Amino acid sequence: MTEPTGFNHLLKRLGYDTSGGFGEEKKIIILLSLAAVLFITASVAVVLGTYNITVTEVYQTIFTHLTFGDIGGIPRLHNTIVWDIRVPRIILATSVGGALAIAGATFQGVFRNPLVEPYILGVSSGAAFGAALGIVFPAIFFSIQIFAFAFGALAVTFAYILARSRGETPIVTLILAGVIIGSIFSAFVSLLKYLSDDTALREIAFWLMGGFYYATWDDIILLVPVVFFSFIVLWALGWKLNVLSMGDDEARALGVNPEKYKFVVITLATAITAFAVSLVGIIAWVGLMMPHASRMLLGPDNRFVIPASLMMGGCYLIVCDTLARTLTTAEIPVGILTSILGAPYLCYLLRSKGRVIFG
Amino acid sequence: MHFQYGSFPVLSGVSFSVGRGELCGLFGPNGSGKTTLFKCCLRFLHAERGSVVVHGEEISRCSIEHLARLVAYVPQEHKPPFPYLVREVVLMGRTPHLGGFFGIRRHDREITMDALATLGISDLADRPYNQLSGGQRQMVLMARAIAQDTPILFLDEPTSALDFQNQMRIWEIMRDVAEEGKTILACSHDPNHVAWFCDRVVVLGNGTVVAEGHPEDVISEVVLEEIYQDVCSVRMLDGVQMVMPRCVTERNGKQESNHPLHDTRFAGTCGDVDAKT
Repeated sequence: MTEPTGFNHLLKRLGYDTSGGFGEEKKIIILLSLAAVLFITASVAVVLGTYNITVTEVYQTIFTHLTFGDIGGIPRLHNTIVWDIRVPRIILATSVGGALAIAGATFQGVFRNPLVEPYILGVSSGAAFGAALGIVFPAIFFSIQIFAFAFGALAVTFAYILARSRGETPIVTLILAGVIIGSIFSAFVSLLKYLSDDTALREIAFWLMGGFYYATWDDIILLVPVVFFSFIVLWALGWKLNVLSMGDDEARALGVNPEKYKFVVITLATAITAFAVSLVGIIAWVGLMMPHASRMLLGPDNRFVIPASLMMGGCYLIVCDTLARTLTTAEIPVGILTSILGAPYLCYLLRSKGRVIFG
Repeated sequence: MHFQYGSFPVLSGVSFSVGRGELCGLFGPNGSGKTTLFKCCLRFLHAERGSVVVHGEEISRCSIEHLARLVAYVPQEHKPPFPYLVREVVLMGRTPHLGGFFGIRRHDREITMDALATLGISDLADRPYNQLSGGQRQMVLMARAIAQDTPILFLDEPTSALDFQNQMRIWEIMRDVAEEGKTILACSHDPNHVAWFCDRVVVLGNGTVVAEGHPEDVISEVVLEEIYQDVCSVRMLDGVQMVMPRCVTERNGKQESNHPLHDTRFAGTCGDVDAKT
């Protein structure tokens, strides 16, 4: 028996229980280990790079910044590479990966379908259209990011309105509406590609593949609080999400208003997806795969799946991004790597655990 | 109460009430509107006209959260896409009583395990729910309704997929729950179950109440004739009322033929029934 320590008490307050035969202590240990793995991955990734800086120098730079020390003692170049390039990139990769993964877990729960990804309602096509507008007509659409976000959110809003009838939004209608809206925006993107000149076309193609090349502290200051807030809310709604995933009528009978929670949860998941996409472009697979991996480790209870997805998504994108920037001298767009690494994993999942995971 | 799907009327003028602590059976042929009635009572569907009053409260004015503390529901059949463990599914029954951040207290877990024990399915607790057989899932849903701990339970064919032993167990549990002062409205297709276990029976047919009252009065040949047309005979066996298919009583009647009643009272044979339908 474990003694009631302060930590145990905290867990109990959070609704977890370390005893009582529900096997949650094991899951909590897994969650903590995942957090440790994420931290270690980030610490290793920050040392790796095309430009060789020794481990001590890297950590000295970071430590000096964290303690608000005098940065004059550090070589300018090291400071720029470590603090202005690598650290923001890693934080951005973590939060984008985490955002896409929790959005994926949420959408899979709400749509009662484990094969759903966060782009299902047309966020990605909308955002791609916004970004393409920004690239092709920079004079009118002054910021790629703002318009990518705006159109991403707009696409989902359209899908939601289209699917809503008589105060209800049935899942099937919503998914179909998402597909319709998505294909309309994809057509618009193709139109813009057709109209644009070579440089713009190249830029659009590059944006669509996704990448963390332009990570800056400004992006992080915007993204991290939003992702963190949404994560806390979605985590807290984890149990309600479990009930929602049983179906609308079930949820009603169990006292969870499906329309209300669907709206809240879809709004939050869309917001973080659109935000992430607007900053780094379209990165595939993370939002589909990481929730699955979490479920394999921890079972389908969303109280565990959501935090685990956050950490695994973050980890996965750090690894992919580190590979993207170190494998060759030129950078590989990270979207390509996530797909190449992701597809075999999902194949394995399908072949080995298909029946358990896909029901 | 009135309800229609599009322009197709399902319920037209259904009205009855169930007293506190009563186990009321809802009985009627396929498509007579039993499930629709349940769905209206649970606000999954909105009644065209009329109202449902639960525990002194008009349900259209109740919030979903509040209603779930008054009424538990056992659906006919459903299968979630994720492999939730049985105890997690039963724990979901506690959702209306939870509060706070995640809000699951040890108390809720104990109720969950007790509910599983009541149904004798504690051994299923760690199995994934969506890999169970239909009957096992029905037992789990029943456990969930017990764990929800509401004064009223609506059960939509709670015994349809169960083996004989479990059917009896579920009815016994329903009786026990009713003895505790809770109100149960359960629908079933077996006239015998309804007659043996219920305090009162409401018979639905074509969207209206055909008969209601004490089971011995209601489960009569006259009523069964009206809803099923010539398929049932009612017999007494060891002082217990039994509804039997007429073709069986006919067959036995021909073999024994020492029962003069058979020949006179049940002229319609199975062959006649087939010809009519």
